[in-house]
Amino acid sequence: MTEAPLLEVENLVKHYALSRGWFGAPRVVHAVDGVSFNMERGETLGLVGESGCGKSTVARCIVRLIEPTSGSIKVNGRDVAHLAERDMRPMRRDLQIVFQDPFSSLNPRHRAGAIVAEPLVNFGLAEGAELERRVAELFERVGLRKDQLNNRPHEFSGGQRQRLGIARALAVNPALIVCDEPVSALDVSIQAQVINLLGDLQRDLGLAYLFVAHDLAVVEHISHRVAVMYLGEIVEIAPRDDLFDAPQHPYTEALLAAVPSPDPRNKRKRRLIEGEVPSPISPPAGCRFHTRCPIAEARCKLEAPRLRAIAPGHEVACHLRAPRISGKSAKLNAETAR
Amino acid sequence: MSALLEVANLSTHFHSGGHLVRAVDGVSFTLDAGGVLGIVGESGCGKSVAAMSILRLIDGKPGVVAGDIQFDGQDLRVLDESGMRKVRGGKIGMIFQEPMTSLNPVLTVGRQITEAIRLDGSFSNAEARDRAVELLRLVRIAEAEKRLDDYPHHFSGGMRQRVMIALALSRSPKLLIADEPTTALDVTVQAQILDLLLDLRDRLGMAIILITHDLGVVAETCERALVMYAGRKIEEASVADLFASPLHPYTRGLMNSVPRLGDETSRRRRLLEIPGVVPSPAAMPSGCRFAPRCRLAEDRCRAAYPQWRAYGAGHFAACWRAGEAPHD
Repeated sequence: MTEAPLLEVENLVKHYALSRGWFGAPRVVHAVDGVSFNMERGETLGLVGESGCGKSTVARCIVRLIEPTSGSIKVNGRDVAHLAERDMRPMRRDLQIVFQDPFSSLNPRHRAGAIVAEPLVNFGLAEGAELERRVAELFERVGLRKDQLNNRPHEFSGGQRQRLGIARALAVNPALIVCDEPVSALDVSIQAQVINLLGDLQRDLGLAYLFVAHDLAVVEHISHRVAVMYLGEIVEIAPRDDLFDAPQHPYTEALLAAVPSPDPRNKRKRRLIEGEVPSPISPPAGCRFHTRCPIAEARCKLEAPRLRAIAPGHEVACHLRAPRISGKSAKLNAETAR
Repeated sequence: MSALLEVANLSTHFHSGGHLVRAVDGVSFTLDAGGVLGIVGESGCGKSVAAMSILRLIDGKPGVVAGDIQFDGQDLRVLDESGMRKVRGGKIGMIFQEPMTSLNPVLTVGRQITEAIRLDGSFSNAEARDRAVELLRLVRIAEAEKRLDDYPHHFSGGMRQRVMIALALSRSPKLLIADEPTTALDVTVQAQILDLLLDLRDRLGMAIILITHDLGVVAETCERALVMYAGRKIEEASVADLFASPLHPYTRGLMNSVPRLGDETSRRRRLLEIPGVVPSPAAMPSGCRFAPRCRLAEDRCRAAYPQWRAYGAGHFAACWRAGEAPHD
């Protein structure tokens, strides 16, 4: 029997209803609109996109901080998308989350040791001397000093608070940690410390990360695979090297081209895309990117492209770059499209 | 060419909680007309306070500003408050990270821009409105005429920043100070705004000071850059020299600690870390302020602050070991 993937997300949808206007139909924010992907044990999947693309909503649906509207989220083969909280609880041992702003996610009145001990106590995993030993071990594991056990969150620097958040997530030995912009609030010199820590932990403990971020260079550095989201949908998903070396979706290309290069000899070829992300309340018909796409054609405005494989593990949702025809002419098409 | 802006020995100190906080400590630089200077550093390094001090936006009471600021033939340090008000928003425009906090939410964009234009008294209402349309076109806002009657909340983040730029340009400044102008924006919009700023510089000939924490932004948009750490300027060079041969261990550390996009060799490899954290302003080290985090630090680094020295044409650094330090 083959083992089920660690995480299988299928057709995940999250819509928010807005209050009805005086006369109009009820309006709906299409935050996430039919997102599917799998994750294996020990891998890092980067989830990137600009603000409002739904990447954080996906992350929060998976740990059930947000109730998905529809779709399934299977953890080790078991669908957790609609579990009652009582049945969800044991699943949380496998699913932990680390937030962008560690300060607002740590109770300011609690001591650091108690914050890390809390999940161990909640799940009845340790008590007494064993609890103390485990907490001290976690502190060491994330690079905090034992003499900081009694400090409160405000006595830690930003980077140390993020270490504290990571220690708390690690306490229950999860299989997957959802990292929601874990380094974007940190100064660059501190970012590297936290990124390296996450890498070390993965190597030593075999953790999987769903790494949500807007910083493409960080995602390239840390991920095995990367999914790019635009207006609630995945437009491209691929192994890291494929995505960064040969991006296929015009939006992925545009994103990569927009990142300023820290090398003045290598100034960006200015291929800027126009405009900004449209409102998720009434996303464009057809391909959602067509309003900004430099290569859009008539059909892109009418027909929404589906994700199609163009290489092993590399899927693209684009009529032009991943057309619904044989592999050979698909490649040809992609070349002429450039 | 004579300098447009000459800042010498700028210091801004605050009294806070019984401590003297040296937010900016003896910073000097010059900027030629039409030049683009980057000031780069991490949070708390003093880069924003330095810019605010130039515009005298630091409250006089708790803050003590010292040094010499010559701008366009004027000594800004001796200028009275009404003269200073003419400089702010006149010859020097300013844009910030969060445009929404600088725009009045209950006035139309057109009203705010025409008001700014009419401040110097030489435009009629109708002329000011024409000029406002022209400014919105200049910052590439489509259907400029119609959009004058919109309120700030009708604009997206990137469009608001364009409106802020139009406002800053309303009285044809010779210098635009941009404090983290793209930090709150998405990367595709950031590229548009940076592109716009450089285009405006070329067309209008104004100089730009770009304050940012992002080395990529500096590399792409600036001609010269100075790097600040804990209130001090620690390195200054042309952008080409700074990135080709950074001298200060902090500058090198910053460059090595960020992963580079499209760099296959850095994928999943350990990043170089700068250990520790920025010193607290209340407990500054007596010697080099970076010494506690520096791998090259030795006794003299901890004993005395390193001298500001030239290491080649236009390339300066404050580090006892700058010349000899091996590359990482």
